[in-house]
Amino acid sequence: MADKSRVCSVWVGSETGILKGVSLAKKQAFNFCEMNCLSRDQEVCVLCWGDAQETEVLVGCSNGEVKTFSTEKGLFTETRQCGQSDEGKFTGLAVADSALVTSVESGLVKVWKEGVTKPVEINAGRSVCRMRQNASQRHHVATGGKENGLKVWDLERPDVPVFTAKNVRNDWLDLRVPEWVRDLAFIPDSEKIVTCTGHHQVRVYDPASPQRRPVLEAQFGEHPLTALALPAGSPCVVVGNTQGQLAMIDLRKGLVRGCLKGLAGGVRELQCHPSLPLVASCGLDRFLRIHSLDDRSLQHKVYLKSRLNCVLLSSRDLEACPEAVTAEAEVAAAEEEGEDEEDAVWDTMETVTEKTRKCRKADRGDEGAEEKSTKKRKVKK
Amino acid sequence: MDTESHEKLQEKKKKQKKKMTKQKKPKRSPEENEPQEAVKEPENLDKDSQPVFPPTFSVSEIKNKQRRHIMFMKFKQEKRKAKMALKKKIKKQREALGDKAPPKPVPKTIENQRIYDETTVDPEDEEVAFDEGTDEFSAYFNRLTSPKVLITTSDRPRGRTVRFCEQLATIIPNAHVYYRRGLALKKIIPQCIARDFSYLMVINEDRKVPNGLVLCHLPDGPTAHFKVSGVRLRKELKRRGKDPTDHSPEVILNNFTTRLGHSLGRMFAALFPHDPQFVGRQVATFHNQRDFIFFRFHRYIFRNEKKVGIQELGPRFTLKLRSLQKGTFDSKFGEYEWVHKRHEMDSSRRKFHL
Repeated sequence: MADKSRVCSVWVGSETGILKGVSLAKKQAFNFCEMNCLSRDQEVCVLCWGDAQETEVLVGCSNGEVKTFSTEKGLFTETRQCGQSDEGKFTGLAVADSALVTSVESGLVKVWKEGVTKPVEINAGRSVCRMRQNASQRHHVATGGKENGLKVWDLERPDVPVFTAKNVRNDWLDLRVPEWVRDLAFIPDSEKIVTCTGHHQVRVYDPASPQRRPVLEAQFGEHPLTALALPAGSPCVVVGNTQGQLAMIDLRKGLVRGCLKGLAGGVRELQCHPSLPLVASCGLDRFLRIHSLDDRSLQHKVYLKSRLNCVLLSSRDLEACPEAVTAEAEVAAAEEEGEDEEDAVWDTMETVTEKTRKCRKADRGDEGAEEKSTKKRKVKK
Repeated sequence: MDTESHEKLQEKKKKQKKKMTKQKKPKRSPEENEPQEAVKEPENLDKDSQPVFPPTFSVSEIKNKQRRHIMFMKFKQEKRKAKMALKKKIKKQREALGDKAPPKPVPKTIENQRIYDETTVDPEDEEVAFDEGTDEFSAYFNRLTSPKVLITTSDRPRGRTVRFCEQLATIIPNAHVYYRRGLALKKIIPQCIARDFSYLMVINEDRKVPNGLVLCHLPDGPTAHFKVSGVRLRKELKRRGKDPTDHSPEVILNNFTTRLGHSLGRMFAALFPHDPQFVGRQVATFHNQRDFIFFRFHRYIFRNEKKVGIQELGPRFTLKLRSLQKGTFDSKFGEYEWVHKRHEMDSSRRKFHL
């Protein structure tokens, strides 16, 4: 189990309660759960990294439990009860200074500190569809929901939001425009927040500016936008709607830059890789897809038998051969164990020129491969 | 080029004088071409029995339509002859070998060549079994509820649609037909749930002909939207049996192999009561082929152990899935599990999704 979980670079949570790890290098998906005690009330609602080194995954389930999964060990290490099932499912999970921040559909945002049984509660409105944390200022979180506009909260002052967004002006018939924030994200290196709504609008808010209304508004499609992701480096946002249409929208003018094709069902969550131009999407059609943002082509498509709710990408290179990690471990062990034997074998063996790892894997047996790699390392040293 | 066109002109003239159908002409002309070419065109190096053309010549380069047509017909005839010769050869070889002949090659059909779908359900898969065991239809399959169907149409239906609904109500046990009265589906659904209906079936009509079907599983179940075609009412069927009785029919679901197909199959199965009454000898078949679902309703009788007689009763129609939406009917704000996207999904003739 441990070696399987170390290899996985994409983590996906499903409606059946199974945490799935996908290794793109090996093109395999692994289920991390006990098949006997599966139940629908353990449906995975949110996933988040438990720490900055990405060794722990926090899994929020629909019955109010938050489970900690260790990627090193491949097991669930801890379970905390962070809410009741009558409050609604989890809509956001974050870690701020060793405190766990959870939000549920009924509008309560709770901060669970270590050692304290009762959490600090923030009432964020009537309904909260999404709660996200600011990556640079970890004590700021933003919430938004149905008929509940964007609000930015400071966890140290839970009474009053730092920023409350105002609804746009009445439309041309002088009717109030309904608002329904489905997903939001903090734009890095600034205080701006981009939200996507159930009325197919993408809005950018700037708390630094004096206006509380959106700074930019763009429309896409005719169906509710359910997911949002910000790629690294470019002033774009990737949005997905309930019909499986993914689009990249430029935030400078609000124009659609291009669509990503391939999805057949509604998008549940999108995540962009922190450094590479890749976006992972998961949805109701039971597939995990990874698209490249440069040429909008599909890089990977993995069938994962249950409907998928959330996806989490690790910051390391997704297709990095995990053999680098395992080969080094093997090499260290081999070196410690039998150096003399190997000396004798090397003397009898012919000299070999530098070969790439791929050739090594294809032709030789395991022992020969190990020895060659040890030989390489010895030469280099 | 001049000499070639001259030759063709001569050929053409000969053919126009005598009739085109005589087969000897195409044979004669290449032979005649040869001596002429030998005399007039010492440049042409190829001395086959075929008319000599430069290597990159194709029939489409001839600008004159009549000549082009003649050359093309010749080309096709030669091709056909070669094909017949090959067939005869193979047949002779086969007869010569007798019993030792290799088995006949299976002809390729679109179903044979179907691209393998990775979502095809493996019967022993635990995860899929768990998923199906706890999905929206589990209440029906665990015998906690029995089906009750509400059949209605789009507003102001006309003749064929009304009769179609009535006939459907006779086939599906415990089905009730109600007039739509311009009511919104989102308002009908809570009332149906309160009255314990398990399915809402809405037949959409266009220009007096049913062309769409919305099948909504009721407490919180998926909504499937189909395109309906090929509707034949009872009196349009030839050699049909007498009207169907009230006995619950058996249900046959053919060829629903993928995960999406499985969900649809379960949806159709949950329309009918769990226990079929074999006394009635009636069977409803949903046959999926190339993503089209053919519905037939028959009465069968076993004449002896090997022979069965069937009579078709009831209406027949064909369905094609347009979208499957999670949750009850909400086309604007609902989340879709599967949407048919023509340009992305129909690009290959051998790829099917059900």
